[in-house]
Amino acid sequence: MELVKNLMVILFTGILTENFILNKFYGICPFLGVSKTTNGAVGMGLAVTAVMVGASAVTYPIYHYVLLPLNIEYLKTICFILIIAAFVQTVEMILKKYVPPLYKSLGVYLPLITTNCAVLGVTILNIDNEFGFIESVANALSGGIGFLLVMVIFSGVRERISRCDVPKALEGTPITLIAASLTSLSFVGFSGIVDGIFGG
Amino acid sequence: MEQYVLPILFFLLIGAVIGVLLTVASKVFFVKTDETVSQISDALPGANCGGCGYSGCDGYARAVAAGEAPPDLCKPGGAEAAKKIGAVMGVEVGDVERVTAFVRCNGNCDATEDKFTYIGMGSCAAIERFYNGKGKCRAGCHGMGDCTRVCENGCISVINGVATVDPTNCTGCGKCVKACPNKLIVLVKESRKYMVRCSSLDTGKDTRQICKNGCIACGICKKKCPSDAIIIENNHAYIDHAKCTNCGICMSVCPVKCITGLPLNSQAVCAEQK
Repeated sequence: MELVKNLMVILFTGILTENFILNKFYGICPFLGVSKTTNGAVGMGLAVTAVMVGASAVTYPIYHYVLLPLNIEYLKTICFILIIAAFVQTVEMILKKYVPPLYKSLGVYLPLITTNCAVLGVTILNIDNEFGFIESVANALSGGIGFLLVMVIFSGVRERISRCDVPKALEGTPITLIAASLTSLSFVGFSGIVDGIFGG
Repeated sequence: MEQYVLPILFFLLIGAVIGVLLTVASKVFFVKTDETVSQISDALPGANCGGCGYSGCDGYARAVAAGEAPPDLCKPGGAEAAKKIGAVMGVEVGDVERVTAFVRCNGNCDATEDKFTYIGMGSCAAIERFYNGKGKCRAGCHGMGDCTRVCENGCISVINGVATVDPTNCTGCGKCVKACPNKLIVLVKESRKYMVRCSSLDTGKDTRQICKNGCIACGICKKKCPSDAIIIENNHAYIDHAKCTNCGICMSVCPVKCITGLPLNSQAVCAEQK
């Protein structure tokens, strides 16, 4: 029962209050780059979610059964980057072979995830928060869903902006960043919701 | 010592493991791609200009491999690419002649005038919707450079109010043809040496009042042409390039000098620009 409650807390925290994009400011590059259309945003969000969960599941045993016993846990960042890159490559090959339509629709976003700091961030945070295996995966899942949620919401905002008459000085990136900050502010409204639901 | 050796060993090991795994994965999950497509892609110049009507070189290669497109559509690649593609597909391809863009207007600032002062969006498409442009000639070049902006090779410049193509680098992709709201730009085969540099369909009298360089359909070129290659139609002279022998008599007799020799001398064009 304790585990279930823990998982629920992790899930809600990751999606709402400690959102990767809007609270921790990870993965801003795809957030601004791929959010122009809702379709691209959904594809990117799903791909990031899958890679986050997979990467967490792979890095957890490597950290706990290889890096820690050898006392070289300070190498975790560079080691995880390697593993994530290899993992994304493999996912890409598997998708190309078995799910060609998805592979095509994700296109260039898939290799881009290799250098996505949100993925590296979630694996490092798993270790900093001293999560167990299941909690790590749940954390990755919530981070991914939070990423997806924000991408979709923000792509809607972007589509609205593209139809607005924006002052000349703010056209393009400036208005996007302003919109991002407002979206981020709105997510601040969720702070305390987890404590409220689960009683601290 | 151990603190240095261990990380190095660790990374050697993890690198080897990942390398082996990825190699195995690339063999296991190998997807066979159509070889014809890649061979055709190799033969194409990779300019991705879209002049063939497909979404870039890859799209065209796939269409050719599927038998949906003829092998000689690539204009930047020209005859060479067409031959290579023909060899891949096992089809004989005739020679593909290079085409370059040509602007059928010479209504520059010295020849014609504006009928009103235009303040607004700097785009030919916008100005065209506004009383057919600011110039007196409704068929002429608006000089706002819509063609200049779509040209990927920087061949088109607006000189003295009229878009002018420097054919040296022109790949004949045809983007400017689509961009011009007045349909002034045409793709001309390299063997054509003379073109009427005007597209006004107004009567000779009107044209004369509007623009010094406009074709007034006087018919002198038609009379003097030894091979009967000139057609006067809709108050405008056309050169039938099937009959034209490139003698150049029409250019020398034209009273308004609206018949022009090709290729337009690029050095002269540049000098004029300065």
